[in-house]
Amino acid sequence: MDGGTSLSQVRGLGAARAGTDHWTLQRMTAIANLTLLTWLAVTLATVEFGSQAAVVRWLSTPYAAVPLLLLCISVFTHLRLGLTTLIEDYVHSEAVKLPLLLLLNFFTWGGVVFALFSVLKLALTVATGAPNA
Amino acid sequence: MLVSILGRATGDIMGTVGVLLLLGWLGSAAAGPDTYTFFITHASAWYGQVVLIGLTWVLLQHAATGLRHLVLDTGAGYELKSNRLWAIIVVAVPLLLTAALWLYIYFGKI
Repeated sequence: MDGGTSLSQVRGLGAARAGTDHWTLQRMTAIANLTLLTWLAVTLATVEFGSQAAVVRWLSTPYAAVPLLLLCISVFTHLRLGLTTLIEDYVHSEAVKLPLLLLLNFFTWGGVVFALFSVLKLALTVATGAPNA
Repeated sequence: MLVSILGRATGDIMGTVGVLLLLGWLGSAAAGPDTYTFFITHASAWYGQVVLIGLTWVLLQHAATGLRHLVLDTGAGYELKSNRLWAIIVVAVPLLLTAALWLYIYFGKI
């Protein structure tokens, strides 16, 4: 059967019936957060991170940098969705709601790019001093 | 009801204050040793510790409420009795865990 226009196909005639929406994405990032935050808690309990050199050493391996990068993406996505819900629930004036939502999105995009840049900068810094024990 | 609004409130605290702390930690480390030392010094001071202890509870409370939500999403736990029991657990456990964790951090293994 012909799917019609490409737009109608995107709108739900495909097998998925709908895109990944607010609700699903919130649950997905919630589970990702639980997993990755558990990893971070266990890691911070075991590695040294009191000095910047220690942080550079810790993040020099992909086993540390990649989960941390993923955590940043998941956390910022989750918080964007959560705060969007907050604004939508309590702000009723469109004139206030729309700029607030815009601000929120700029804040989360700025924040996640800042976080990812910071982690990458640390991960790609050549560690000096004593190697990992 | 309390559980629900605690979930929302703790999420919003983390999304505003908590996330700034996360960015501060990562950003100060990326900026260099001196900036990171500045961050760690203030995090280790008594007011920094108060913030960290508070954020620990906020995080655990939000996670507990979230887990309860995930269970409710499957359709389980709506009976009045079990619902009330889990609501009490979801509020009590984060407080206990926060206390246990920070007592362990300060006083080591018992």
